[in-house]
Amino acid sequence: MADLAVRVEHLWKQYQVGRQPERYSTLRDTITNTCRAPIDFLRGVLRDRSNSGPAGNDHFWAVKDVSFDIRRGEVVGIIGRNGAGKSTLLKMLSRITEPSLGQVSLYGRVGALLEVGTGFHPELSGRENIQLNAAILGMKREELSAKFDEIVAFAEVEKFIDTAVKHYSSGMYLRLAFSVAAHLEPEILIVDEVLAVGDAAFQKKCLGKMEGVAKEGRTVLFVSHNMQAVTRLCERVILLDNGGVAGDGPASQMVTRYLSSSEGSTKLREWDDPVRAPGSDVVRLRAVRTRAEDGFPTDLVDIRKPIGVEIEYDVLKPGHIFHPCFSVHNSEGVHLFSAQDTDRTWMRRPRPAGRYISTGWIPGDLLNEGALFVGVAIWTLAPDHCHLYERDAVAFNVVDSYEEESSRGGWLGTVPGVIRPFCKWETQVERECAVASQGLPQEQCKK
Amino acid sequence: MEQIAKLDTIAGQAVEQVPLLVLRPRKGWQQLGLNDLWQSRELLYFLCWRDIKVRYKQTALGVAWAILQPLMTMVLFSLFFGRLAKMPSDGVPYPLFVFTALVPWMFFANGITQSSGSLVENASLLKKVYFPRLAVPIASIIAGVVDFCCSFVVLMAMVLYYGVVPSLAMLALPLFLALACISSLGVGLWLSALNVQFRDVRYVIPFLTQLWLFATPIAYPSSLLSEPLRTFYGLNPMVGVVEGFRWALLGTETSPGPMLLVSASVSVVVLITGAFYFRRMEVTFSDRV
Repeated sequence: MADLAVRVEHLWKQYQVGRQPERYSTLRDTITNTCRAPIDFLRGVLRDRSNSGPAGNDHFWAVKDVSFDIRRGEVVGIIGRNGAGKSTLLKMLSRITEPSLGQVSLYGRVGALLEVGTGFHPELSGRENIQLNAAILGMKREELSAKFDEIVAFAEVEKFIDTAVKHYSSGMYLRLAFSVAAHLEPEILIVDEVLAVGDAAFQKKCLGKMEGVAKEGRTVLFVSHNMQAVTRLCERVILLDNGGVAGDGPASQMVTRYLSSSEGSTKLREWDDPVRAPGSDVVRLRAVRTRAEDGFPTDLVDIRKPIGVEIEYDVLKPGHIFHPCFSVHNSEGVHLFSAQDTDRTWMRRPRPAGRYISTGWIPGDLLNEGALFVGVAIWTLAPDHCHLYERDAVAFNVVDSYEEESSRGGWLGTVPGVIRPFCKWETQVERECAVASQGLPQEQCKK
Repeated sequence: MEQIAKLDTIAGQAVEQVPLLVLRPRKGWQQLGLNDLWQSRELLYFLCWRDIKVRYKQTALGVAWAILQPLMTMVLFSLFFGRLAKMPSDGVPYPLFVFTALVPWMFFANGITQSSGSLVENASLLKKVYFPRLAVPIASIIAGVVDFCCSFVVLMAMVLYYGVVPSLAMLALPLFLALACISSLGVGLWLSALNVQFRDVRYVIPFLTQLWLFATPIAYPSSLLSEPLRTFYGLNPMVGVVEGFRWALLGTETSPGPMLLVSASVSVVVLITGAFYFRRMEVTFSDRV
């Protein structure tokens, strides 16, 4: 292949998970730890810790044996659930972190856009931030001065260009930040989830800009949770799962596979290893399930039936009042709603340590058809702290069986909209006429 | 690039393309990558410029802080060491004697404080963009030069006030400033890389600068020591810098000699080892900050 842009060969990346929080600390442990600390310290200084790996530290592979080629001019989407290794992969491609094994060959200048507004400083003015951000993203000074007006115009902040960005509205801030990045012209562009910010109009504008970039024949790697954007922008999609490549092919095919990946994993997510489970030393998530009315785990729910989101967690330190909650996103990344725990029993009562299962029921006749993603979180309000948040912990599909009466009424096509509540309809006859004409002549109507 | 690729396809042969860059795991000691650093000099410039711009935003006194800090220290030292302890000062008025040392000292101390925290402060940058990491601590040292210049103006005013006429030796001042830069960058590189792994460094620094202040002849002259000892004293690189400043501006007897040579060698060694250590640990920065 002569027109390669990126070649990834057997790429692996290892991370270490921090030590398990010490639940029981004895004086003896404290003393031995204190004595060992200076030795560990010296060892750590002299040797790279990730190579030696002192006992008690857990390692896991975030990316496992990933290989693929990307040709010049291809627009490739990378999708997968959270923790599948997408961001780690992009970080390796953009030189932010190094692979543990394997290699990446880049056949062109790489520009990475992993976050909008990297290095923006609130005290600096819009103009100064553009200069700084451009330098950070690797734009040369001549390049910037040629494009400066264009950048400002795209961001629509001409009037405030000399105001400190801390006085900007969040919309202006995002527009400015994206605008700088959008005018970057590397041969290979790497973009991570940046379209997930801003309001709908701004997202549309960004998407349009991205399409333009793709049309210019530049190579683009694009990570997103927004499946609509992925199918619109990319012809090819690489599906990652659990650190490895689970699929590589035409975008629509891969997106469908991702959304319908009911290989037993979406309706149920369990963390067997308490160290890797999301959470803090106060509370730790153990499992998330979606249950049908009859109590069985399911990822398929009839549009008229309720579905339960079950959160199983360990309270490790007693005395806190916990507020479990979950949020529901659709496949386009639209946040449909968040549900707080409404159970009066536990709303004011500190919990003893132990295992708990909280279930929130989403009523039937509320959601529209399609794949929905559930994120769970557990909060304490005093102190106000989010102990864990697991986005896309589980997913389920809402389907309309067409069997009985549902909110679709008589319509057989797709019902647009993000939700589909069952609205009670009433129709009363005001008058009945034999002939329906515009003037409704009085004498022809029955009273 | 594109043309070459076209030619390849025209030839119809699978000519191996040469990658612009190959990323592989690195282990052990690295080259310094100075070429890479030179390529991103513009970024270096902007990072300095940001540090300078932002430093005194939203402070009531602004740049005055750069002058006030050494000035207040000088007043205190003159009171306690000069008046009460009657510390000798090589025949120079004590306030001037102290201030000449404090100006480079403050530059050094602020330099190591700023640079050691610089990587952690710029964590969001390190996690999201690639650039030669050395630029971060270097920028924070260079940004300190502005503060140095401000306090240096005050120093010159004091020199004139006390009626000291500087000799041609004054031309050597940039060299001593460079030596201060090298020392503080060397120490800063070590500490900033260590700080990523062990946040203990943050707590060590105030203590370290405090001790170092008294281990450096600021409140007292190094002429208190006799010769073989004085050369050993040069192992503290700031000894050479401080005494060099005094010699260049005030014409004190402690002219640059073996002591300065020792100081300069030590600071160069610290800089080189620091840079290599930094490069070695660099691989882990984005995962650890």
